Amino acid sequence: MSRPPIPAPPVLIPRRTALLGLGAAWTLGSASLALARPPGPARRDGRLVVVILRGALDGMAAVIPYGDPALAALRAPLVPPPPGQPGGMRDLGGFYGLHPALPVLHGFYAQGSLLPIHAVAGHYRSRSHFEAQDYMESGADTRLTSGWLNRAVGAMGGLPHGPDGAGLSVGLSTPLLLRGPTPIGSFDPLQAARPDDDLLARIAALNAPDPLTGPALRAGLRADTYSIRALSARERADAASSGMTAPGAPRPGTARPDPFLVLCHTAGTLLAAPDGPRVAALEIGGWDTHAAQMGRLSGPLRRLDAGLGVLRDALGPCWAHGAVLVMTEFGRTVRINGTAGTDHGTGTITLLAGGAVAGGRVGGTWPGLARGQLFENRDLAPTTDLRAVAMGVLRDHMGVPAHAMPRIFPGSAGIAPLAGLIRA
Amino acid sequence: MQTQAMQAMIRFGLGRRGREPLPDDPAAWLREQLAAPDGARFPAGLSDSADGLIRLRTQRRTKQPGDPLVGPAFHADLLAQMTQCLASDQPFRERLAWFWTNHFTVSLRQGGTRAVIGPYVREAIRPHVTGRFSDMLLAVMRHPAMLMYLDNVSSIGPDSPAARRAARHGQLRGLNENLARECLELHTLSPAAGYTQQDVTSFAAILTGWTIDMRADRPGFAFRPDAHQPGVKILMGRDFPPGEAGGVQALSWLGTHPATYAHLATRLATHFIADVPPPAAIHAIAAALRQSGGDLGTASHALIARPEAWRPGTKLRQPFFYAVAALRALDPPLPGHAADGPAPDSGAAPHPPAAWLLADATRTMGQPPWDAPLPNGWSDRAADWAAPADLIARAEWAYRLAGHDVAAEADPLAIAQAGLGPLLRPATRAAIRHAGSRRDALTLLFTAPEFQRC
Repeated sequence: MSRPPIPAPPVLIPRRTALLGLGAAWTLGSASLALARPPGPARRDGRLVVVILRGALDGMAAVIPYGDPALAALRAPLVPPPPGQPGGMRDLGGFYGLHPALPVLHGFYAQGSLLPIHAVAGHYRSRSHFEAQDYMESGADTRLTSGWLNRAVGAMGGLPHGPDGAGLSVGLSTPLLLRGPTPIGSFDPLQAARPDDDLLARIAALNAPDPLTGPALRAGLRADTYSIRALSARERADAASSGMTAPGAPRPGTARPDPFLVLCHTAGTLLAAPDGPRVAALEIGGWDTHAAQMGRLSGPLRRLDAGLGVLRDALGPCWAHGAVLVMTEFGRTVRINGTAGTDHGTGTITLLAGGAVAGGRVGGTWPGLARGQLFENRDLAPTTDLRAVAMGVLRDHMGVPAHAMPRIFPGSAGIAPLAGLIRA
Repeated sequence: MQTQAMQAMIRFGLGRRGREPLPDDPAAWLREQLAAPDGARFPAGLSDSADGLIRLRTQRRTKQPGDPLVGPAFHADLLAQMTQCLASDQPFRERLAWFWTNHFTVSLRQGGTRAVIGPYVREAIRPHVTGRFSDMLLAVMRHPAMLMYLDNVSSIGPDSPAARRAARHGQLRGLNENLARECLELHTLSPAAGYTQQDVTSFAAILTGWTIDMRADRPGFAFRPDAHQPGVKILMGRDFPPGEAGGVQALSWLGTHPATYAHLATRLATHFIADVPPPAAIHAIAAALRQSGGDLGTASHALIARPEAWRPGTKLRQPFFYAVAALRALDPPLPGHAADGPAPDSGAAPHPPAAWLLADATRTMGQPPWDAPLPNGWSDRAADWAAPADLIARAEWAYRLAGHDVAAEADPLAIAQAGLGPLLRPATRAAIRHAGSRRDALTLLFTAPEFQRC
């Protein structure tokens, strides 16, 4: 848990796509999903999904403070028409509006299961994507080799149960957020022909002495065995042949399915299984809107919106005690830049969604956009620490004890968990 | 000595190709590759960046659906560069070309780059692999691929004539910080140098007007004075004059800065030596850069002179280099790899099946060429490539490769001995010998830890 002796270059947790045909388009925002099961039954059997938006979402574009009188002068070209007009934003109670590409989330809001929190930022003030993502996932002021969610899973308490007491990662790659001492397996739902179990066992045996590939292969085989039980054989066959598992994804032979939707569906299915994992992490990119933001942001927002809808459907009855935390490394400049986009900023939006969330309102403290209210005369000023949001969810939703917080978020002594995020 | 030769081919190269001769003096073999000119042979018909921009321009003007002009040229270039990897007899030079391409990442995830990304590698990176870093930096920063990828094409000085004209038409035009920030953070100084937000903004102003002229007969880099922010700019406490010269001077200064050298040394050592490289190695490479005025050939010499760089197995091969090594071990025929391939437009470019296999493999294992998600490129850390699903994906790919035509006549034990030599462990040899089929045996070879590491 200490810093490497050399300041390493900024690093990106790779995001991968699953099998793509060679003739397919080469540019596909990819996604990945990781899952974990705490070593025992969690409080109220809650489900927790964390979604990382890599690239810095403009929070003021997703949840628009249209009631702030200074907004138009700062970024009129980035503000959709008012609620009720064609292509207009969707109202969130008179001051804020939701981006028009978020109909599913607006439905959650109406049901009281969406809680956007505005003007949130991490505890760092770096405007580097790569440093900021490392700190956001480590939960500390330095890049650790483990992530806060992994340490939290280890602290969720209870008695060991299940085949391995291990976690599970679905999709290629485990984000730093969920890496660490608590074992995390992984499973790729979009698979092709594969070696039989006997050959896989020999491969694992040959790798056993290797400190890196040995444990990873062992975990991979375990996770796979588990996932095969959790996902029906038919779904597995579908996924293997076409990657078509997500409701709402295009039919075979039309367009390639969106991996993010497939992974959302897989995550929901696995989290809903009675002896399945309880914690999942996903990621989705496409947020770094330095130019032509109005046009470029709709796609990623639509994918996020559809993915959360797919996740809710796949969780089924478990949605009622589910919570999804959507977070991004920092916000973007309040003023529009010279190319109809925005540059790296500070305060942004964090979203909480799910049946367990005390939603139907916008949380946080709005700092204002008037002269003198911007951070460094440039960014939305942060008024809520992202760690306080995460702590509140971990404590009230997943039963993580308060005394574990300093280990989960090193250097957070002055930060208290936010209360009231989760329905009592 | 055979161990050293094997190590040179695996650590600094792309894996032994079939039974290519082992060098008697491995260090000298590497040094010769640095001294000799780039021997890569690309088909004569490949587009350069001006051709690529013309294709893009024509496609946009005629609103043709799909990617009818850019697509074929892109694929021809990609497959030619894949073939070059499989065929190269200068594998260290090839590794360095891919390393610097990743250092200066341009990604297909930004639309228009498809038209110029293949030419980018051949025009801005390859000519400078053993040359001066500041020359490579300038070539990269002027290349249409980079100007497009990091949005500089439309960045305009807020007080420039172009911005005033736009204002009269009720448009707000101005700075875009993207290229300036990533150039400071990733390409040159790194955050350790302590530049500020003001420096980023200032550098962005210096680079205003660095754009692409899409209307020219041969489209490419152009400096647009009327889009340039007037006046002297201060970057890291130094004054830079207005005009194109200010940008050239700033890049020359950044490209020869000690903090840049330290950053480049760290990246080279992390890529070739260990995920957390020994400080002594970093210092030696940085010193070589300082003493040579940023000569990358000298830095590469310093790298191979480090004893730590010859310790086997300290690195995990990235998926791309893993797939290259497996294919080179099988040594498939590479028809069409010659100086005179047909023009890409002829629709019959005879790209060898192995090149398609490689392009496809890298996608299934999560590292499609030139498709990094973010400007910091692909990670050099094993942990980022060693999630359980990653290793399973490698096993599955190895199994598919082992069942492919290119492996149909392979002798697994001979390939194992040729490709790993003294590094082949008895356990792996026994597993190959006892395997029930050629396919199983090859899968075991390619998934053995000594093959996955480098």
